This record gives sequence, structure tokens and C-alpha cells, in this order.
Amino acid sequence: MEELVKVLVSNQLIFAFALVGITIWFSYWLSDTFTGGRIHGSAIAISLGLVIAWVGGVLEGGNKGIADVEVLAGIGIMGGAMFRDFAIVATAFGVDIRELKRAGIAGVVSVFAGVVVSFVVGVVIAIAFGYDDAVAITTIGAGAVTYIVGPVTGAALGASSEVIALSVAAGLVKSILVMTGTPAVARFIGLDNPQSAMVYGGLMGTTSGVAAGLAATDPKLVPYGAMTATFYTGLGCLLVPSVFFLVIRAMLG
Amino acid sequence: MIIYGVALLSACLVVGLFLGELLGSLIGVQANVGGVGIAMLLLILACNLPWFRPLAEGAPSAGIKFWSAMYIPIVVAMAARQNVVAALDGGLLALAAGVAAVIVSFALVPVISRLSKPSVEPSDSMRGVE
Repeated sequence: MEELVKVLVSNQLIFAFALVGITIWFSYWLSDTFTGGRIHGSAIAISLGLVIAWVGGVLEGGNKGIADVEVLAGIGIMGGAMFRDFAIVATAFGVDIRELKRAGIAGVVSVFAGVVVSFVVGVVIAIAFGYDDAVAITTIGAGAVTYIVGPVTGAALGASSEVIALSVAAGLVKSILVMTGTPAVARFIGLDNPQSAMVYGGLMGTTSGVAAGLAATDPKLVPYGAMTATFYTGLGCLLVPSVFFLVIRAMLG
Repeated sequence: MIIYGVALLSACLVVGLFLGELLGSLIGVQANVGGVGIAMLLLILACNLPWFRPLAEGAPSAGIKFWSAMYIPIVVAMAARQNVVAALDGGLLALAAGVAAVIVSFALVPVISRLSKPSVEPSDSMRGVE
């Protein structure tokens, strides 16, 4: 047993490849057997991943899901930003430039609209829950943008750690819901072509949410959505702690 | 050689992330602005330039296609390392803010999509893909 743990710990990433492979195989089996392929295997695999992450969080009390379990730390490397970004860029191989140009203005508008809309929604909810100081309200609104914009804004404005934790939680809820909800709503929002995928990426903005949401819907659309989503967090970090904060403070008098 | 394709992909990502960092500090933001998107544009550009095209065809292209195919497994691993417990611990406020932001954003997809030029070819090519 000791020998096995030793081998697994010193070959974390390799072990992760095997585990993820088994998880995906099992998910496709579930998909075929119980849904006749109607719920996509990758959608099941991503949901299963989130459940496993929850189990890991409960067991270890860390913030990296199942990757906090020592022998499973390779999952954290494989699913970390480095490999994620590398694979996202690889999906751009074979992208049709004409499709990118066709979205044009809509792609740009979607990023701005996405940041503004999510922020406003977050602000409204914060006020509805009784918050009345500009710093807390702006930070929670920032969390509704993404779970990166939340703490960046909170730190810049000097929000309390409790409010910053709330903003991260709001961003995480958003990201997880985008991962799991996208395949279900894709048909109703016309998410079946490169242009709407670019608009979707710009509106949602959470890189991990968009990455997983499109993977579970139609992998062909991934590069288009990822392309716009990648500008979202940067724009949020630019606008929210500055312009948006000033607007909120002015409105609260 | 497969490594040539992988090297091209790596170079695009590193250069893209570097430009994203520069853009971030230029506008005074503690975040990488569009690094991955810039990297994607670089890769698309490289595949269309005569100089780089040999790296994106034949054997080298297998190196890029491999990582493209590893995308979903990587996303599954990414899901398994999310801080799901914190999301659930955020209580009603976090839940309400996250859910409402997603619903409103979903609803805007068809509205803003109308601003884009319609596809010349029907989008059927994108449907029914696994």
C-alpha cells in the first residue's frame, strides 16, 4: 500500500490521465445506457467532476476540490490554468476566420454588455439583501461578473474579507451554473453557430464556465466562445473597481 | 515531426499570455487581458501564413490536434478541482446573484446575436456534431 501511494504521488499527472479517462468512459456509458445518448457524455462527465470536487472539498476542507487529496493532486495540474489555456488555444486550430469576422460588432458588444449586465444584477441582489455601503455592493456585483473580478475589486476598494468571500462564492455559482446549464438552454438561445457562440462567450465571460459549457454542448463551438470570454475578466477588472464603483457611490449619495 | 506543431502551439500561448499581461499593466489592471484570445488569433494567423504553414500541416498538425482533442478531458479535470463547497457555502445571496446573472446573460444571447451578419452557409455544418 505504501509503495502504491509512493508511485501514485510521484506520478500524479500520469495517474490523473488514467482517472479522467475512466471518468469519461463511465460518463459515456451512463449517457448511452440511461439517456440513449440524449444527455451528452461530456456533460455528464463535467457534472460528475463537480460532484467529485464537492466530495474533495468536504473531505479535505481545501479550495481545490478533489485535487487537495494528495494522491489526486495530478487532477489539479491537469485541470489547472496552464493545461486549460493550452488546450483552448489548440481548439483554435481550424477556426474559420470568416466566421470570426461575421460576429464582428456583436462579439465586442457582448463583452461590454456581459460585464455591465452581470454587475447590475449582482448589485440589485446585494441591495435586496440589505447591503447599503458602496464598497460591499460593488464587490458583490463584481463577484457576479466573475470570481476573479470579485476579489480583485474587493482588494482594490478595501472590502471586508466576508464580503470578498461572498463575491467569490457568487462567481463560483455563476461558473458552475454556466458549465451545467448551457447544454440545457443551448437550443432556446440559438447557441448552434459560431456567431452566437462568440456572443455567448462574451456575455457569460467566465472562462471555465464557457469552456465546459460549450464542451458539453458542441465542441466545435469552443474556440469561438473562448475567444471573446478571454477578454471579459480583464474588462471587468478595468471597469468595476473604477467607473462602476464611482457610479454606485454617486447613486448612493 | 509532431513536436514542431506542439512548439508552435506553445509559442503562440506564451507570446499571447505575455501580450495579455503587457496589455493588463498598460491599462493598470491586475489581470491578463485577452492573453488566451490573442494566442488563438496568433495560431490562426500562423496556420494561414506561408512561413508557418509547414508547422500546421501533416505530422506537425497531429501535435496540435492532440491537444485540441485533450480539451474535454482537461475540462473534466478542471471541473473536479473547482471550489464547489465554497460556492454552496456562500448562502442565498451568492446563489441568487450567480443564478440571476446567468439567467439574464443567457436571455441576452439571442438579442445580441442579431447584430452579427448571418452566416452565408447554413449553420447545419455545426449541428449534429458529437
